[in-house]
Amino acid sequence: MNNKLIVSPSPHVHSGDSIEKNMYGVLIALIPAFLVAVYVFRLDALIITALSVLFCVGFEYLIARYIMKKEPSVFDGSAIITGVLLAFNVPSNLPIWILALGALFSIGVVKMSFGGLGNNIFNPAIAGRIFLLISFPAQMTTWPTPAIATTDATTSATVLSNLRLDPGSLPAIKDMFFGFEGGSIGEMSALALLLGLVYMLWKKIITWHIPVSIIVSVALFTGILYIFNPVPTFNPLIHLFSGGLMLGAIFMATDYVTSPMTKSGMLIYGVSIGFITVCIRLWGAYPEGVSFAILLMNAFTPLINNYTTPKRYGEVVKNG
Amino acid sequence: MLKTFRIGGIHPKENKFSAGKAIQPIAIPAQVIIPLTQHIGAPCQPVVKKGDKVKVGTLIGKTVGFVSANIHSSVSGTVLKIDKALDTSGYKRDSVFIQVEGDQWEEKIDCTPTLLKECTLSSKEIIDKISAAGIVGMGGATFPTHVKLIPPPGTKAETLIINAVECEPYLTSDHQLMMEKTEEILVGTTILMKAINVNKAVIGIENNKKDAIDKFTTAVKSYPGITVQPLKVQYPQGGEKQLIDAVVRRQVPSGALPISVGVVVQNVGTAFAVYEAVQKNKPLVERVVTITGKEIKNPCNVLSRVGIPLNNLIDFAGGLPETTGKIVCGGPMMGKAVASMEIPVTKGTSGILVIPTLESKRNNMKDCIRCTKCINVCPMGLSPTLLMNLTEYSEWDRAEKNRITDCIECGSCSYTCPSDRPLLDYIRLGKGKVMGIIRTRKN
Repeated sequence: MNNKLIVSPSPHVHSGDSIEKNMYGVLIALIPAFLVAVYVFRLDALIITALSVLFCVGFEYLIARYIMKKEPSVFDGSAIITGVLLAFNVPSNLPIWILALGALFSIGVVKMSFGGLGNNIFNPAIAGRIFLLISFPAQMTTWPTPAIATTDATTSATVLSNLRLDPGSLPAIKDMFFGFEGGSIGEMSALALLLGLVYMLWKKIITWHIPVSIIVSVALFTGILYIFNPVPTFNPLIHLFSGGLMLGAIFMATDYVTSPMTKSGMLIYGVSIGFITVCIRLWGAYPEGVSFAILLMNAFTPLINNYTTPKRYGEVVKNG
Repeated sequence: MLKTFRIGGIHPKENKFSAGKAIQPIAIPAQVIIPLTQHIGAPCQPVVKKGDKVKVGTLIGKTVGFVSANIHSSVSGTVLKIDKALDTSGYKRDSVFIQVEGDQWEEKIDCTPTLLKECTLSSKEIIDKISAAGIVGMGGATFPTHVKLIPPPGTKAETLIINAVECEPYLTSDHQLMMEKTEEILVGTTILMKAINVNKAVIGIENNKKDAIDKFTTAVKSYPGITVQPLKVQYPQGGEKQLIDAVVRRQVPSGALPISVGVVVQNVGTAFAVYEAVQKNKPLVERVVTITGKEIKNPCNVLSRVGIPLNNLIDFAGGLPETTGKIVCGGPMMGKAVASMEIPVTKGTSGILVIPTLESKRNNMKDCIRCTKCINVCPMGLSPTLLMNLTEYSEWDRAEKNRITDCIECGSCSYTCPSDRPLLDYIRLGKGKVMGIIRTRKN
């Protein structure tokens, strides 16, 4: 043997886990929701998603290479996820130039200006969606009727905005669960999104703490209101299966970079998101509040990290 | 029922290629190098000089201070010199070079294989014999055994736990020793129980050694007070604190010793060494070593005298593969990479792991994506990513508050990090700093 021996501190083996593995795992978990979207909105969903990914990856590459002057790491999968999630948060008939603006804001302002993956404070896709919602309220809240619906209308409102206008209207919860009520591309089917959750839990990409605490807190909060006043506005099932709740709870709030790092912190974060979401939905100016809730709690994440610690060894001295 | 520890843990690929391979003796070379520091604690003072004749078992290094362990000659022959030599620590340290002549043992040592079950010695006599024989923790930490057997004032041991976990991947030396020396280990355990005056001992064995579990479950029937506890396979179960949690469901408070929860832990190899020292008057001059690696031709378990260079052992296992990039003394998780093949086997060398070049180099470090995996796997409930950052920015106060000194250096964090961050490297550095600061504060 001619070469010298390599000397380094332990450990000398690695699990083989990588950023790519986790990111592509999330993308696999997004496939069921994507399939439902293509089934419901046909080619439109495909085009919007593909372009959104292209814009996000493209902007990240250009910014990394020509502004930050570092080796672009666009194939770590995080820009692709931002692209897919941004697409999932917009109507399928959104003009392409608006989508491009959203992607530029998500990647350029929210992610890369903080230093790229791992350094951003806010979830890029969530911030991009809110940027578009505030800047283009009309285009962002006009949803095409699902292509598979029997009515001949071309646009329709979502369950949540209908409830605002007519608190007595009762949508079919079954349709909401399987994905045949109007809405943004990726928030159609709670079932498809839950399949993604099961996959990510199985692959240990995320832990249950954030999604479960959001879903349970929304169910509990609206459930208590429903017991006192059983109108559709307070129906917990409608709140769970409508709007971006599942998408937000499963894929956006669980973003590694912008969520707390301790188990207790994750629970505080999740319950707060659930609570704020319901408050905005019921009493706020917007019919939908998941993204605002997540963005707000993103801002609190460093504080939560600072005040919570993992469960230490040695705290349970006897028979725990 | 299978038990395990409650916080963190990983399950690396086991790769126990040498499992079931009978222990074979390694031929003694013409010269051996015996380091005078083979344990945690003060180095030994040499008691021989150039030209002295020694036999196997002759004392060559005497303890200075309480935490230290005697060193004996592992061969018979003439002392060539006492000089600096490279050891596993990477530093050159005082060692005794001995020219080998024949294989003569000290007369008091009983070399017959007869099993001696009876031990009529008192606790103090046992501990004195263990101390004289230079026995250290054989799992790799090499803490002097007699120190652990003398409880600090005001504490009382209730349970002896024999650590037969061998949770490091690749290593099988303890496993094979357990299969071949079952009765000796149990007598050794009984002696240790007598030494610390307890009537209860539990042998913790991971479930990937089913044959050893079966063998011990049958054998313990004739040893009152000893039971076998099968454990779910999980790293780092062989860590003292993790094993205590797994076996007796108690957690040692931060900064305290296992005795504070009434437990003394000894490695299974140590129990065997204790048997040999107390019943056969044999000091610790040889040990079982696993020689293994993905490209090693003949992974095996050998009985090697202390002081034989790694070279000889690797040759015995079929020679060094062309592709070798790294040689590790110990297991892949906590073992030490060595800079030379000339360094000798010592009391703590549980294995020699040869790693191919492809697996020897680390991937480039990426930014932390805060995935929390390091926190999830940390068996001490620490936040490795935070501790790394605090070390990077020299925030020693905060590092201390976040319990950097609790780190057991198991490496689960670095192992699991998707961004390939050298978490443990930094934590080790920070831990050393903080411990230094704490020491100065006390003085």
